Amino acid sequence: MSQLVSCRDVTKSYIRAKEQVDVLTGINLDIEEGDFLALMGPSGSGKTTLLNLIGGLDQPSSGSIEVGGVGLQDMSERALAKWRSENVGFIFQFYNLLPVLNAQRNVELPLLLTRLSRAQRQKNAQIALEIVGLEDRAKHKPGELSGGQQQRVAIARALVADPKLLVCDEPTGDLDRETADEILNLLEVLNRDHGKTIIMVTHDPKAAAHAQTTWQMDKGKLVAEVPA
Amino acid sequence: MFSQIVEITLMNLRNIPSRLGSSSVIVVGIAGVVAVLVGLLSMAVGFSRALETTSLENRALLLRDGSNSELSSGMDVAAANIVSRLEGIEVASPELYVIADIPKRATGTPANMVIRGMRSAGLEVRPEAEIVNGRLFETGKNELIAGVKAVAEFEGLELGSEVQFRASTWTVVGHFETGGSAYESEVWGDLAVAQAVFRRGGSISSMRLLLADPALLEPLAEQIQQDPRLDLALKSEEEFYSGQAEDRAALINTFGYSVGVIMAIGAVFAALNTMYSAVSTRTVEIATLRALGFSSMPVVVSVIIESLALALLGGLLGAAVVYLLFDGYTASTLNNASFSQVAFDFAVTPELLRIGVTWALGLGLVGGLFPAVRAARLPITVALRGE
Repeated sequence: MSQLVSCRDVTKSYIRAKEQVDVLTGINLDIEEGDFLALMGPSGSGKTTLLNLIGGLDQPSSGSIEVGGVGLQDMSERALAKWRSENVGFIFQFYNLLPVLNAQRNVELPLLLTRLSRAQRQKNAQIALEIVGLEDRAKHKPGELSGGQQQRVAIARALVADPKLLVCDEPTGDLDRETADEILNLLEVLNRDHGKTIIMVTHDPKAAAHAQTTWQMDKGKLVAEVPA
Repeated sequence: MFSQIVEITLMNLRNIPSRLGSSSVIVVGIAGVVAVLVGLLSMAVGFSRALETTSLENRALLLRDGSNSELSSGMDVAAANIVSRLEGIEVASPELYVIADIPKRATGTPANMVIRGMRSAGLEVRPEAEIVNGRLFETGKNELIAGVKAVAEFEGLELGSEVQFRASTWTVVGHFETGGSAYESEVWGDLAVAQAVFRRGGSISSMRLLLADPALLEPLAEQIQQDPRLDLALKSEEEFYSGQAEDRAALINTFGYSVGVIMAIGAVFAALNTMYSAVSTRTVEIATLRALGFSSMPVVVSVIIESLALALLGGLLGAAVVYLLFDGYTASTLNNASFSQVAFDFAVTPELLRIGVTWALGLGLVGGLFPAVRAARLPITVALRGE
């Protein structure tokens, strides 16, 4: 398998109250295409910050991040937005669905950034909903769906543009155990059967157990690769 | 990019019902600004229109040289007769212009009303004048005819009513119209009776002249100016009334825009507050869209369009309210030049409605721009946390 993500000497700092806060220091990480990687660690350890950098939502203070051979650290905001729309699917803890749109329209959103026709967009959204098992809920708005169903819609939205990489920030953090397992099983299917590379931030060791690789983070550093 | 803008804008607009309270602050605030602004400006337009429609192209006004109004003008009939015999003058109407106190219907307080003494030629020089009720006054009698706006504005001018001026009793025998002009705020009676009652001897205030051709005005004015027997000046009615209209209309316009600006400042803050709150409740949604790859520009444009849509709604509401309530509403104000009340109809013209809606859109643009830029500038990672 080829390498999809490569982080070299990545640091991220913020200025808070005139003082520099180092959130990430000296991160070196390689992720193979088709991997399912979990990032674990205590709050404030830098997991989400690293995930955001790999997903192109933010840029490092120094060092380089390559995803699919493309360096993200020097991209303009606009180029980065375009890159995200073509290469990354995002799954958030609180689903982040748009409440006024039904499931079908929520899933269709990333396709508005493509040149696909309306009919094709609808068809692709339908297929994505079928993959997550919610084809019969297409016309339901988020408020009419359970938490697990909303997260499935969010996963369908992340899949619909067929990105290689899915980044998941605590995808089961707002769900009960049973529903969380369903979502994690679905992510496993996407990884195994659809070849998606998945990076998941989680506090939950049971969630991390679904991943092939788990990295532990602490105080802005990758401290250990936890054996599967 | 366009489809992004359309999609996000539609989403924002669909969101409005869930923010009905705060959205209606923008709509009502801007409707108020537009209603007040257009209402005040319609007053200026109505006043100008009343004075400007008073003039006829081929009608001229003879005043004492140096006088700017009929009230301050005076001449003896002999001098006026010299002018009336000049070539090119078809009808000459010597007139006495006096003012008297009479209570206003609205307040009951006395206000200045014009009493114009004239002979039968007074109606010949004013072909637009029409008796709509009753009959014309008779020569030598204390009889009056009242303009319809004077009847509406002042007490006691109903047909058959008796009015006291200078210890003399007058009977109202007719009502007249002149196509909405300032003449409708006057009452007219016989010249000789008016001269006697107001102790003016044989003098008159002015003379209206109907010219055979409007082009004769300048040569006639020149001729009168050159005649050493005459200390008189001939003016076109149009010039005379437009000068009076401009002064008062400018005052009303200045007042209208000043009040409009003060209200607009309030409305902008309301719009800003509402749009900031509308955007802040959608911070996570906007950040999610940006995370998915939507660029900042559609976010900015869609928020501005939402603000403009609300402002347009407010503008149209304000314009509709002021049109329904004020268009054609009769009011009166003091004409400084004639020192008398001129009744006029508020005129909510299409031009004023356009000004009102333009103001509304301007307020909407300012109200939407800053929140939109803020939403677009917030780092995605911060906005995703709802901060």
